[in-house]
Amino acid sequence: MRVYATYNVKGGVGKTSAAVNLAYLASREGSTLLWDLDPQAAATFLFRIRPRVKGGSKALVRGARPLDAAIKGTDFDKLDLLPADFTYRRMDLVLDAAKKPTRQIARLLTPLAREYDTVFLDCPPSMSLASENVLNAADTLIVPLIPTTLCTRTLDQLTGFVGAFDGRRPAIVAFFSMVDRRKRLHRDIVEHLPEERSDVATAAVPALSLIEQMAVRRAPLPAYAPRSTAAQCYRDLWKEISASGGEALK
Amino acid sequence: MPQQLREFVIEETSTVTGPATAAGTGTAAWNGMADVLRSTFQLAADGSRTVRRVWLDTFDWRLHHAGCTLEYVSGGGMHEVTLGTHGGARVTAAVPRMSLPCMSGTLPAGLLRERVAPLAGLRALLPVATAASTQRTLRLLDGEDKTVVRLTIDHGSLRGPAATALPPRLTVTPVRGYDAQADRVERLLAELPGLTAADGSAFALTLAAVGRRAGDYSSAVDVALTSSMPAGAAVAAVLLRLLDIVEANVDGVIRDIDTEFLHDLRVTVRRTRAALKLAGDALPGDLAARFAAEFKWLGQLTTSTRDLDVHLLGFAEAAAGLVTAAPADLAPLHGSLVRYRAAEHRRLVRGLRSARFTELTRQWRIALANIAPGSTAAGTQARGSARDREGPGQAPIADLAAARVQRAYRRLTRTGAAVTASSPEEDLHTVRKRGKELRYLLEFFAALHDPPTHRSAVRELKQLQDCLGEIQDGHVQREAIRTLAARMVAERAAPAATLLAMGELAAQLDAAATGARDDFGRRFARFTGGRNARLIASLTKVAAA
Repeated sequence: MRVYATYNVKGGVGKTSAAVNLAYLASREGSTLLWDLDPQAAATFLFRIRPRVKGGSKALVRGARPLDAAIKGTDFDKLDLLPADFTYRRMDLVLDAAKKPTRQIARLLTPLAREYDTVFLDCPPSMSLASENVLNAADTLIVPLIPTTLCTRTLDQLTGFVGAFDGRRPAIVAFFSMVDRRKRLHRDIVEHLPEERSDVATAAVPALSLIEQMAVRRAPLPAYAPRSTAAQCYRDLWKEISASGGEALK
Repeated sequence: MPQQLREFVIEETSTVTGPATAAGTGTAAWNGMADVLRSTFQLAADGSRTVRRVWLDTFDWRLHHAGCTLEYVSGGGMHEVTLGTHGGARVTAAVPRMSLPCMSGTLPAGLLRERVAPLAGLRALLPVATAASTQRTLRLLDGEDKTVVRLTIDHGSLRGPAATALPPRLTVTPVRGYDAQADRVERLLAELPGLTAADGSAFALTLAAVGRRAGDYSSAVDVALTSSMPAGAAVAAVLLRLLDIVEANVDGVIRDIDTEFLHDLRVTVRRTRAALKLAGDALPGDLAARFAAEFKWLGQLTTSTRDLDVHLLGFAEAAAGLVTAAPADLAPLHGSLVRYRAAEHRRLVRGLRSARFTELTRQWRIALANIAPGSTAAGTQARGSARDREGPGQAPIADLAAARVQRAYRRLTRTGAAVTASSPEEDLHTVRKRGKELRYLLEFFAALHDPPTHRSAVRELKQLQDCLGEIQDGHVQREAIRTLAARMVAERAAPAATLLAMGELAAQLDAAATGARDDFGRRFARFTGGRNARLIASLTKVAAA
């Protein structure tokens, strides 16, 4: 079982879109679970599933409710969702009260290896105990970056955070998200940074209204617009990420 | 958490299937169900799709025996394999177009292969049942337009010359986490006339329609013998069963589907030869002597290919175990083994397609059928020569079985006791052959034995046999490596690094055999100890009773 986490300390950069679309593409190949760890529950909403886990994060972490009992099937074969719950906003408190507080998510995922080829964690934008749990659980961090001047700094900060992490260190794969080809800065950064850095994917996702329509269609983009350019971008990205097998891209 | 499918059979006259001319895929097919379900759910109909469903298993039904089914569904550019268990858990993976039969290692890496590979082992996945299906799916939605249950009507038909329509089936597939909704659907459908809960899977139904049943092949000598059966008829029944196994494996050997076809065939020929040697006197006239030579020929025909199979099957492990040489040094050896094996297999196929083999099996079956129980000619033996009328063939099989098992045990213990630290390898080989004879006799006459005592005796014997097998295999393979090295040198196919690696390999095989030989004394003492002697005595007493 390979575990991917879409992660960035910033919000609104395309984490959930990436998690939903990449999880959908992974599920075309094998059984896939997406765990919506963000209490805003955007991924859960996109799959038309009620954002509620009986007993909340406390029941999950303390084992009162087994993880597999909270999983819901989506409308798509081989793709399941562990919904978000509003109590996830206090997940750090629950994790902190547990033994080995930074390894709880990894522990909870272990039995799912019997059932899933791939797991995606859609993370909230923060640096927290939950984030440390994600680093311990994930094989690969997928980091969406908006191609701005500060994006390299953001990626360096994250790489530093992971590098200093006292535990299992996931591979980092960044990709450009919400790329506006009309902006020269976006074009320059998207063209040059992947050549300079081995942790930045060549495939990039443009800023398109078709992607924003995910919230209206409430479905993964490759499901409702499989022949679109945007769907092809996600397919290219998934191909690049899944082929890397957790190693540096180039 | 496994999602249990709930399946129904639809009566042909039911309103659910609609007009037969539309093969049940027309709008009318949905009317009955839709009316009932619309009161509770929103409905969304997906388009119909035509798929090919192929159920796979190994020749010896390993998946079935593990409680699993494996289904390959293809159509409309989609290719998927689903492993299902009787517990309801399912693992599905997209696969490239499959060319069947195939080894489990050709499945894409992932959960499916991780589950299937240990079950299938060395055996290939074969198509055991095939149907063409037109499927139409109705999705039941909740207030958020989220699919909570899927209903699929499947109009299946057999393919090929026996093409026939299968009864249409309705499958209720719960979406994970929405079991309550699926329960509700099931209750609503249960009230609908023309639907009855299916008492078998689509796989079982398809298999039955082509006249097969799951688990219909086994290499076990499971012959129903009774104590009072005349020995001649009983031995013939055992030999007929062995002939069935030989014939069942011939096609797989010729097509080279997997190595275990040849293994089963070879072991069965060896069993046949043992039966002829140890109990052939129960057969009338000189039947055993006449056929023994032919089965010896058949056994020898299989030797070279099987020996090379053994080398190739253990190659990766042996290469990984090299200490001074690199595994890559053995690549030329692998290439040569593959080449030699291909040539030996061609020779084997010629033998199995020869008139000699065809006549052997044909005449052997005719001869046995005249003696086996239930044959109209079974009584002719009693009207034959004086030996046939009064000889061992007319004695109850229980007496013959007890006597032969006792004799085989005595021969094994006598031969084994004579082995010393300085005994040549051939002596240990003889002990192994005596052990195999005892093992085969126990298998032939298993139906006459108390099952727990039989299992214990076989288990003890197997431990001794494993030790002897390790000794002999080590020696045989070491010698084979030497022979291969000489052949490769003559063919200029062995670089120096390869020869050095082969030398290390031979030394490792020798060391393993020596280790096993050191263990032989302890194993043999245990086997001939009081407990096991009592087990054998008990078996032969029960048989005699």
